[in-house]
Amino acid sequence: MAAVFSNIPSMIILTGALVGLAASLVGTFLVLRRSAMLSDAISHSIVFGIVVVWLATHQQSGPVQLVGAALAGLLTVFLTELLVSSRKVKNDAAIGLVFPVLFAAGVLLLNLYARDVHIDTHTVLLGEIGFVWLDTLTIAGVDVPRAVVWMSVVTLVNALFVGVFFKELKLATFDPQLARALGFAPTALFYALLALTSVTAVAAFDAVGAVLFIAFVIIPPAAAYLLTDRLVWMLVLAAAVALASSGLGYGLAVRLDVSIGGMMAVMTGVFLALAFLFGPRHGLLAQGLRGWRRRWLDELRTLVVHLYDHEGTPVQDEKNVVVALERHLRWPPAKATAVVARGLRDGVVLKEGAHLRLTPKGRALALELAEPWRRAAA
Amino acid sequence: MNDWLALFADHTVQNVVLGAVFLGVTSGVLGSFAVLRQQSLLGDTLAHAALPGICLGFLVAGGRDLGFILTGALATSVLAALVMLLLTRRSRLKTDAALGTALSFAFAVGVVLLTYIQNTQSAAQGGLDSFLFGQAAATLRSDLWIMGGIMAGSLALVAACWKEFKLVTFDPAFAGSLGLPVTLIDVVLTAMIAFAVVIGLQMVGVVLMASMVIAPAVAARQWVRRLEHMVVLAAVTGVVAGVAGALVSAVGANLATGPLIVLVASALVVVSILAAPGRGVVWEAIAHRRARRSLRGRQVLTTLYELAEEHADPHYPAERGTLDAFHGLDTRPALERLERRGLVERVDHMPDEGPHWELTDAGHSEARRILNDTEAETR
Repeated sequence: MAAVFSNIPSMIILTGALVGLAASLVGTFLVLRRSAMLSDAISHSIVFGIVVVWLATHQQSGPVQLVGAALAGLLTVFLTELLVSSRKVKNDAAIGLVFPVLFAAGVLLLNLYARDVHIDTHTVLLGEIGFVWLDTLTIAGVDVPRAVVWMSVVTLVNALFVGVFFKELKLATFDPQLARALGFAPTALFYALLALTSVTAVAAFDAVGAVLFIAFVIIPPAAAYLLTDRLVWMLVLAAAVALASSGLGYGLAVRLDVSIGGMMAVMTGVFLALAFLFGPRHGLLAQGLRGWRRRWLDELRTLVVHLYDHEGTPVQDEKNVVVALERHLRWPPAKATAVVARGLRDGVVLKEGAHLRLTPKGRALALELAEPWRRAAA
Repeated sequence: MNDWLALFADHTVQNVVLGAVFLGVTSGVLGSFAVLRQQSLLGDTLAHAALPGICLGFLVAGGRDLGFILTGALATSVLAALVMLLLTRRSRLKTDAALGTALSFAFAVGVVLLTYIQNTQSAAQGGLDSFLFGQAAATLRSDLWIMGGIMAGSLALVAACWKEFKLVTFDPAFAGSLGLPVTLIDVVLTAMIAFAVVIGLQMVGVVLMASMVIAPAVAARQWVRRLEHMVVLAAVTGVVAGVAGALVSAVGANLATGPLIVLVASALVVVSILAAPGRGVVWEAIAHRRARRSLRGRQVLTTLYELAEEHADPHYPAERGTLDAFHGLDTRPALERLERRGLVERVDHMPDEGPHWELTDAGHSEARRILNDTEAETR
């Protein structure tokens, strides 16, 4: 047991994994609610909370810091809503006005009163996950890194929150009006979610800093959102992306000798890019393939409808030839040849000399479009 | 006074003030479009996305050369804008998630590059951190040429495409129907925020640039209704905030410039939202109060008139208690205001029953006018 907790690489990966898990649990609902940028605002303004609590109590971590941060996060949301309710400022601008003020106030307070303390402005932004093992707590005779302890607690709380209120969260996320009408309190639930986001941000603060935290909140759920339509699967996939990013990020960071937290965040982005390109239904490749197949079918349909139109008419011999496709459908010769070749392969047309004839299968395809009412009869 | 004059004579202070002017103008003008297009948080994303570019510029130049650094920053900012547009247009992600993804991913890459630079070229690394929060005092005369150039470039762009930008900002569908290349203009409007961002890196840093894009534009929007005026006023607001913040930071000991500029700009926003004539919260409250008073006065006056009609007595003395009960509120202030306008007067009638009021002749005609108007409106 003690061996596990004194193994530095496993502790760093565990911290990263816990940050990713806790963040993606709340992040899933923020992304679905289209409030992802609130996590950006919150993670910046907790700096203000952290500085104020530090100046008041000289405590760098622990429950007081968590409460202070939660309050700072809620203050951000409250001020934002206040600005929006004045109807002078749109929601996005309100978010962008509030958090810089709190952040700026935090930085100035640091400048003024806390020049030689551990929270310098650099760690505020970047965090240092590589040093989490230096700061340990003794639990049941085993030295456990403080970050691991706090992140475990926060992850557990987030998981409990999502587990207990799963049905309410689902309803409030997808249909807030119905949730309100049924007597659930979607607004209260949303504020609770944001309070947990703030608490998670401050617990993750020493490890990954204010900005990289945003990557763990937004990117794993966003990647999962590109892969599935089901909420449960989205939570599971987001967790999987977070875990994989933590492990792979650590390995790459050590090999390249760069920031571990940064590399973990970069890996979440790599997973998102993969989901964006190769996602089974919503991916760029799948989209392209679908579009290509649709065009393919459209061309084939155009061909058979054209042939069907002139079938058995006096102009049949003149219209139902490849050259006519070029003239009447304005298809370039190469396209006309290619479509006819596909039609021959699919068995919808036959070529007799220069003439094109529909097969029964081709006629059925044409009828489907040209005389759709017949489909029911047939 | 002499201290302030000496301050302006100082070479560094001159540089800082000039830099603040360039920053204020650029971010005010370009930010106006972002705020109106409801892309306020774009500035935040593009600013964070400048970090990898700063590091790349540093690596390419092999040192802290602002020209290379700003070029790199511009490149990665624009790239992040394109990625954000690609994600919103070609995936099911919404704007917020796309912005957050581009922001945090780009910043993470920046952090990785920053540590790479720290670990490989420790001697030359000095000064890259200053781009996180800005360090106005480090502005050199040669930097000003670059910043001025960027300002001139972006102003020229806005001037050249003024009517296209304006149309796409307010009515993209109409712009499309006129045959304008809306997508292209959309991309240009999105990517040009990067100009504002890179000019602010030196002064306020990547983290707080969001505010410099948004605050001057929001403040200006409260005072004016036309885009032409808004852009100019936003530029002025940006300059005021920039110069004030820079000067305080130059005088005050060891205060970072960026946060000060942001606080000044935000204070201007608060003042504007409260006090802007016609639109501000205070003005709205005054107008609301005035409207409520006028409505009460008309209600009380017509009630008196109808009582008089009902009793076939043009000088029917109405008891205040009756009026209070009828309207469900204290009618005394309304009656006193009407009295001052000479529309009603107190009468001595059954003093034990409290004060009584009746209509004057002027009151009669005013009440009839109001009732006629209301009737005409409802018909």
